[in-house]
Amino acid sequence: MLNFIANIGKASLNFLASIGRLTLFAAAAIRWTFLPPYYGRQLLRQILDIGFFSLPVVGLTTLFSGMVLALQSYTGFARFSAEDTVATVVVLSVTRELGPVLAGLMVAGRIGASMAAEIGTMRVTDQIDALDTLSTRPMQYLVAPRLLAGTICLPVLVLIGDIVGVLGGYLVGVYQLGFNPGIYLSRTMEFLEVSDVTLGLIKAAVFGFLIALMGCYHGYNSGRGAEGVGHATTNAVVSSSILILISNYLVTALFFG
Amino acid sequence: MAKKQATPKIIIEHLVKSFDGNMVLKDINLQVEAGQSLCIIGTSGCGKSVTLKCLLGLITPTSGSMRVDGMEMVGQTRAQREEALRKFGMTFQFGALFDSLPIWQNIMFRTLQQGEVSRHAAREEAAHIASQLGLRADVIDQYPAELSGGMQKRVALGRAIADKPEILLFDEPTSGLDPITGGVIDNLILDAVKRLGATAMTISHDMASVRRIADRVAMIHEGRIIWCGPATKMHESGVPEVHQFVHGHPEGPLTGKKLPSAKEKQA
Repeated sequence: MLNFIANIGKASLNFLASIGRLTLFAAAAIRWTFLPPYYGRQLLRQILDIGFFSLPVVGLTTLFSGMVLALQSYTGFARFSAEDTVATVVVLSVTRELGPVLAGLMVAGRIGASMAAEIGTMRVTDQIDALDTLSTRPMQYLVAPRLLAGTICLPVLVLIGDIVGVLGGYLVGVYQLGFNPGIYLSRTMEFLEVSDVTLGLIKAAVFGFLIALMGCYHGYNSGRGAEGVGHATTNAVVSSSILILISNYLVTALFFG
Repeated sequence: MAKKQATPKIIIEHLVKSFDGNMVLKDINLQVEAGQSLCIIGTSGCGKSVTLKCLLGLITPTSGSMRVDGMEMVGQTRAQREEALRKFGMTFQFGALFDSLPIWQNIMFRTLQQGEVSRHAAREEAAHIASQLGLRADVIDQYPAELSGGMQKRVALGRAIADKPEILLFDEPTSGLDPITGGVIDNLILDAVKRLGATAMTISHDMASVRRIADRVAMIHEGRIIWCGPATKMHESGVPEVHQFVHGHPEGPLTGKKLPSAKEKQA
């Protein structure tokens, strides 16, 4: 019994210690983001990688989500003769919830893993130590541009994802379910408020920051060898996905109403 | 009148480093004179790389003192350390070249980051360094993954010497290379050290390389320097561990196995 309690205590302390390490890492990374020198080329490279090269995967995900949402909501709402709300349901669901969360999860899989693997490999092959000996702070050169790029790019991706998702709903609504195109579009815009879109973008910025933070943190603290890098990659994807879902609730609750 | 002795370039005193209670370095004491080339030898895991990493501030020692030109390296502020690091050039065991950058940017990394020269001038300088290291001109636009192990070691050497440092640190510069390429790297090291008038510390398991590049040799065993002397006297050290290591005998004090007696050998 005592052993059991001791193990719980040990696990709790370890958990708190890792939260502490992560917080210190995040604080240092944020600090170095705003201090010179600034690595513009690194930032551009990350913006291309996170923003531009994630467009196809985010576009496809939101397109088909919008299409499915139109079909499912039509099936459900037809049961109480509320089919004409499909366009409104699609636009609100995509902008407030599906766009940011799906884009966040897809980018977490693509970028979180790639950041952890790249930085982890740099750790195990002494490239991070080499940076340090060449008078370059690894936090500033590797982590800060990724955090900044993640926070900037996700909202842009989500905005594009929102448009594509609504387009998916429109295609299904008009060409499969037989809605009038003009009425569908007017219904789409009728109940949409600026706050619906901004809420999604705020969420996206938080998700982008979290994805980059977890990718960099796990890569930076990667264990030795291929196994260490593998664990870092898995941990980065799992932890950023969980944090996306938790922070999604927290941000929604904060702006609820 | 006795000639005044110059202060050693590097002085390491009572260096101790432990990781989670495991004491890797127990008491390292070393001195390296300016312009001297010191090789550190010892079995795998004895703490050779840890010693170099402590000197560069990549690892914080548990206790002890490390001075370069009389300046204490332990407990420096980040700014002091960055200033001190300008004196150093280091090559890592596996090259540690930056995969995402072409060779010329790898060689001129520090200079480029500090914005001291234009990118065009940096590229020209990288081409010059590459030619000194026997690399073809077109190599500078390639990426590390496109080069052989020997070429990567040359590029790593180029990066280490690009800023004309006063102290060069080499972590197993010939490991994983064939003897001929290893010999070429040794010659390049000798040439670079001579040209820069630098002080060198090299970690190596390759005794042929040690004989070629070292003025002095220090052996670490169980966290302590058990022998330090001129490279030419390695064979006469009188220390069984040094003897076993230098000759590569599988039996002896380093492996905990007894050397077979003459009778046992005959049997």
